[in-house]
This record gives sequence, C-alpha cells and structure tokens, in this order.
Amino acid sequence: MSTMAVTQAEADPRRFLRALASQEALLAIAVIFLAVAVGLYNPRFLATRNLSDVLLGNAYIAVAAVGMSMVIVSGNIDISVGSLIGVLATLSGTLAVNGVPIIVAWLAPLVAGILVMALQGIIIAYLRIPAIVVTLGMLSILKGGLISVTGGKWITDLPDGFHLADTELFGTVPMPVFLMIVATILAAIWMRYSAPGRAIYAVGGNAEAARLCGISQPRTVVMVFALHGLFAGIAALLYATQLRVIQSTVPPNLELTIITAAVVGGVSILGGVGTVIGSTLAAILIAEIASALVFIDVSPYWIRAVQGVLILVTVIADILRRRRMAGA
Amino acid sequence: MTMASDQAPHDTTAPPILSVRGIEKSFPGVRALTGVSFDVAKGEVHALLGENGAGKSTLIKIVSGVFPPDRGEVIVDGRPVSLTRPDDARRAGIATIYQELLLFPELTVAENIFMGHAPRKGFGRLDWRAMRDKTRALLASLEIHDLQADRVVGSLSVGNRQRVEILRALSQDARILIMDEPTAALTEYDVTRLFDIVRKLKARGVAVIYISHKLDEIFAIADRVTVLRDGAHVATRRVAETDASTLVQSMVGRKIESLFPKITVPIGAPVLEVRDLERRPLTKKVSLTVRAGEIVGLAGLVGSGRSELAQTIFGVTPAEGGEIRIAGAQVAIASPAQARALGIAYVPEDRGTQGLVRAMTVRENFSLAALGKVALGGFIDRTAERKLAGDGVKRFAVKTSSLEQVAGKLSGGNQQKIVLGKWLANQPRLLILDEPTRGIDVGAKAEIHRLMGELASQGLAILMISSELPEVLGMSDRVLVMREGRIVAEFSREAATQEAVGAAMMGSHNAEQAA
Repeated sequence: MSTMAVTQAEADPRRFLRALASQEALLAIAVIFLAVAVGLYNPRFLATRNLSDVLLGNAYIAVAAVGMSMVIVSGNIDISVGSLIGVLATLSGTLAVNGVPIIVAWLAPLVAGILVMALQGIIIAYLRIPAIVVTLGMLSILKGGLISVTGGKWITDLPDGFHLADTELFGTVPMPVFLMIVATILAAIWMRYSAPGRAIYAVGGNAEAARLCGISQPRTVVMVFALHGLFAGIAALLYATQLRVIQSTVPPNLELTIITAAVVGGVSILGGVGTVIGSTLAAILIAEIASALVFIDVSPYWIRAVQGVLILVTVIADILRRRRMAGA
Repeated sequence: MTMASDQAPHDTTAPPILSVRGIEKSFPGVRALTGVSFDVAKGEVHALLGENGAGKSTLIKIVSGVFPPDRGEVIVDGRPVSLTRPDDARRAGIATIYQELLLFPELTVAENIFMGHAPRKGFGRLDWRAMRDKTRALLASLEIHDLQADRVVGSLSVGNRQRVEILRALSQDARILIMDEPTAALTEYDVTRLFDIVRKLKARGVAVIYISHKLDEIFAIADRVTVLRDGAHVATRRVAETDASTLVQSMVGRKIESLFPKITVPIGAPVLEVRDLERRPLTKKVSLTVRAGEIVGLAGLVGSGRSELAQTIFGVTPAEGGEIRIAGAQVAIASPAQARALGIAYVPEDRGTQGLVRAMTVRENFSLAALGKVALGGFIDRTAERKLAGDGVKRFAVKTSSLEQVAGKLSGGNQQKIVLGKWLANQPRLLILDEPTRGIDVGAKAEIHRLMGELASQGLAILMISSELPEVLGMSDRVLVMREGRIVAEFSREAATQEAVGAAMMGSHNAEQAA
C-alpha cells in the first residue's frame, strides 16, 4: 500500500490551477471582466464616481451576506433578515431623532440584531423547528409590526453626526466600504482558522459526524445566528445612515438579494461549503450588474431576472459537482 | 459442511409457481448474488435464511422488481417474466411486505388497501361503497374482526398495520407473497395471529417466501428452507427433515481465511466496566468488561442492540440505569463530548452519515475530533493541524493526493481509515468500532485489522462490533453475543467457534446444545 508524500503538496502546480477555478477567483474575474466590457461600451461606467456609488450603495448587502453565508454554511437559512434590517434601521433613526447620544443610536441596532437572531437560533436549534418556518414567521412579525407601529412615516431631520456612511477613513475610504472589507476579512479569517468557525462547516457538512466528535450542534447554530444578527445590525446601520431619510418600511426583496449574494458566492445551499470572500464578491458583482444595465441601456428592472439566472446556474453547478463527488 | 448444495425435491406434482434460476447481481465492489436458484410451490411457505449480507435482501428485491438481475431469470407459472419495475412484479402476482411498512398513515384502512387500484364509477369517480364492501369481504375472508375499514391507519398497532399490507397484497390478487422479517417488530400475540393468517393464505394456495432470522419461527411455519451464504445458494431442505444446528452450520460454515494476523498481547487492567446498563428499548441490563490491550468482539444479528449499546456507552443516547466505570472510576456519560473527554473513541457503523464530513478536506476531517488539541485560544494552529493529519495519513496509509483533498472523493476503505484515524488523534483509552470493515476491499480490510492489532498492543482497549463472524473470531480475545438487547453468551477465543457463536446469535437452544 503506497502513500504519497503529502507535505510537499504546496509545490503542486495543479494547486494554482485549482485555486484559479475556485468560486472566489471566478467571481473576481467576472467583476473585472464586466467592468472592462461595459466600460468599452460606455466609458462613463468606469467613472470613479459611479464605481464608488455602486460600492457605497451596496456595502450593506455584502455585510449582511457575510452573516447569511455563515447561516447557510451551518445548514440553515434565514429569510427574515431583510425585514430585520428595515426594523433595525428605523430603530436607529428613531433613537437619533429623539436626542439619544449618536453612539447609542449606532450601537442599538447591533445589540437588537444579535438578540432577535439569537432568539431565532434558539428556537431553531433547541426546539428543532426548521429555519425556513421560524424565519418566515419572524419575517411577518417584523414586517407587519414595523408598518403598524410607524404607519410608514419617513424619518427625517436626522442629526448631522448620525450619517456614518458619509464619513471617510484617511480621507479616502468611505466608511461603508471600509466596514464591508473589514467585516469580510475578519469573518473569513475566523471561519477559516478558528475552532468555532470550523464547527460551522462540520455541523453544516454532516451534523451527525460533528455530534459524534463532541461538537454541539445547537450551540453552534445559536452562535451562528447571533453573529448573523450582529452583521445584520451593521448592515442596518449602513442602510440607515446612507440617505437623509429613513423610509420606515422594509426594503423589498432585500432578503432575496442577500441570499443570492451568499449562494452565488459559492455557499452551498445544502450547507457545509462556502466562504464570505465569495459572498462579498458576489454582492459586488450583483450591484455592478444592476448598474451596468443602466449604462448599456437595458431596463434596470431586469436585475431581478439576472439574479434569478445567477442563482439557478450556481445552485445547479453546485448540485452537479456534489453528485459527481458522491459518484466518485 | 455437511450438506450438498442440491435441491431437495418437493413432493407436489404441480410445477412450481415461482422459479428463480441462476440469479447473479453485482454492485460496485460487491458480488451480492452469485448464481442463486430455488423454487417455490403453490401453497408453500418457503423460508429464506442467511446471515446479514448473505444476499437475501438483494434476492427479494430482484423478485419484487426493485432492480433487475445481471444474469438469470425469474419464472412464474412456467413462463419467464421480465421484472424491471415493481409494477411488473405486481402484474405477475408477486407482492412484498417489507420490514418498514409502506402505508399512508393519514388514510383509512380501505383507502390504503385500494391505493392505486380503487374501484371506480363513471367519469373516474371513486366508488367508496364498493371499496368499503370489498375491504369488509377481505377482512372477513381472513377472519379479522378487530379492524374497521374506516379506521385511519396511523392509529393502528404495528400488527394491524401489517395485516393491512397483507390485505393490500390480496386485493391485488397476489399469488406469491414475500415477507421480509415480518415478526421483527411484533408482539408475541401478533406473531400468533400472523401465523394464523399465513396458514390461511397457504390453504388458499398462496405461496409465501418468508425471511427470518428466528429459527423457531421457521420450524413453526415453513415447509422448506433455503440457506444463502455470501450470495450463494448453500442448501434447500424440507424443514421436517432438518434441525437447527444443521441450519446454523450451513449459514455460518465459512472458511476462516488467514487474513487476520492476531497478535497476542498482555492484557491489562479493566478500562471499561459496564454493569446493568439500561437504555430501553434495545439495551437491557448489559454488563461487560474490556481490558487494556484486549479486543472484545460483539457479535449479534442486525437489530440485536449492538450499535445501540455502543451509542449508550458513548453518550449519544445516555443510559437510563446501571453504571459505567472508566479505569475503575464511576462516570456519568451524557454526551459524546463527555465520552471523548473520558478517553472513549467511537467509530460509527455508517461512516457516510455518521463519521465523515465529506465536503471537508482530509486535513479537516483528521483534526475534527481533536480540535481542542490543535486550537490555541480558539484559533487553529495550522502547523500542528497539518502535522496531526500528516501523521495520521502516514500511520494509516491513507491513499490521498494531498491533505487538501476533499474526503468525499476517496475510496471507501480510505474514508474508513480517516474516520478511524481521526479518533486516534485524541489518544483514547477505549476504542469502540462498529462494523469497522463493512463495504471496503480486502486490502483495506487487512490494513485495518493490522492497525487494530497494533493499537491493542499499545494498550488500547477495543470493543468491536461486527456482523462478519470470521472477523469476530479472527480478531477477538473474547466474544460476547447480543440478542434482543441482552448479552446472551460469552466465549473465550478458544471456545468461540462459528457454530457456537452463530447458534447463540440465532437463539436456538437446539443448536446451542449441538454446538
């Protein structure tokens, strides 16, 4: 019985090719290719102003997709996140206009996000109710509750210091983009190199094997949802502070865009596989496509259909890949 | 082996209603059936007997049209039939009652019986009255008086549900009824009633193929018995002309190959002591001891409670009573995490669903049970992890292109080595192996046996569950036999013969004396 030397695997040239074929690399190539292609057709697309607007306006989706990726990798799903972001943004704005210190108005959505999501995680993990049902219920509660409480009134006259999204770091990097990058990198490192991060993949990949290895599935799921709540809170903060008004309603189909970003980013809908680098790149790609449609004179309403095609193509590719693996 | 593998003549003059001729079937890596032939006569109860993996299930699946044979033919009423779909078998008058009953719990008895062939009126409307009347007639024909046509099936006892399945088969004019371990989940009273029904069917000329591990049932109800072993036909005998010990011998009489180089190692102090362990329904007052350096084999049929016992010791299904001692100290084990902390490792039976995270790499799988060892302050030390996995790959001779290979892409034997190796990274004191070599090739098997010997010589206590008697006999210092949740026999290595252990597994007193 021969054994290959495994310590020299790093030198394997196929490793480079395989890395290039990863979902993350494909997405990065797609982001650049699309920018060049649309730029050739309409150079205005490449104007700094447009590209930074695309990033600024969608950073919150990428941040929320980081949490969503963790949830899906753990073998769950959350469709309440769009509604939660709407509620948390309204909460933050309401606190701000009522004279609460700005820092409290900024931190409140983070704390509330963690609490709401942790509660859902507890119901899912300990009462063993499917995540889709629990989060569907929460979606209705949040959506219905928000419109009933606020009556759909817009929040205006937000205090000056509130607009976090306006601030720039080192005079160049806008805060939302900075937060998106930091959240993605920290989450990526944590998921790849920490023991609890590894537990998420184990629970999502094979819950029974994880349990026999002494990894607590319920604890892992609650942890994942709490973290997802934190990222939803940051996303809500970015969303609330990017405009002069807060609409007090739930952004339509937001959860679908977030789930699409995670799935197109390479997170397997069956759990156990995926990275947040992929989901952030996918969020950027989707935003880029939406903007590109305008520049190539296609109705921006097509973005939903494009998202649909992206999600189907990725999921089908994922399933086929898994079948091939199962057959091997 | 005392029996020739010829067909015993059956005394009916009529041609057999069902003839199976030279059936062969292979699955990837396994030859499940190697030319099996047998006949079933009209009105005969024909028992199929064999160890787990002897090929009984494959054979009945072929006769039921679940999948076609690679070679050979099935003849019904003298005509060869092509059975490629379950519907073909139904048309040929063959009905199968599987262990897990296939009923719709929300529907009534009558609806279940006539699912798929309900009586109709004009315009495709269901004729409810006819359906109920026919159901009552069927019930009356088998003298079943405690079952109403309108009852919802989900509210019935297991015995009554099984009767519904039998009625369903009769409603389709089945002339050949296959029953796969029909008494596995039945109470004694229900078994008696089942036998009554089987006798009535017999009287009507229905042929019954009866699969069971229980020898006393075969002697009570069957006319002839066919024994399978390792996918081959061993013998067909009239029940009246044979006895339990002969049957057990032909079931297990396999050559023990010198595949298992058992090393004798000094046996040390008790590592695991279990006293009166209880976890209903399948662990009843179990007591056993495993010592350092000792390999204890746990034999028994599927469903005898061996895996359940292992999972109770490992804290998956914590004990309800009794005590467990590890290295002399009494412990309470409420979760796998606690068991792991106590130095217990468990390699589950089904590595696909229980042991391996297929989407993870070889490296990640190796470190999964030992994350605490390679993680400092919550973060995994890559160098330590790679070393741990690299050592495991080397030690277990895992054939993989690299540590970053996705584990699901490896062969079954290599997957099993990872599952085994993953646990040893934790340096356990007690290793519980559940079917350690099921479904892997001969080379990998020998490799795993070699490793077991090596581990025992290092002082590890090993409890090995196996359905392969040669493996149990070849590897174990001591053999325990489980049946119906209890340990019913214990043999020293010298006293453990295939016949003796086989007889204890089957619960045949007759055979126990003979052995």
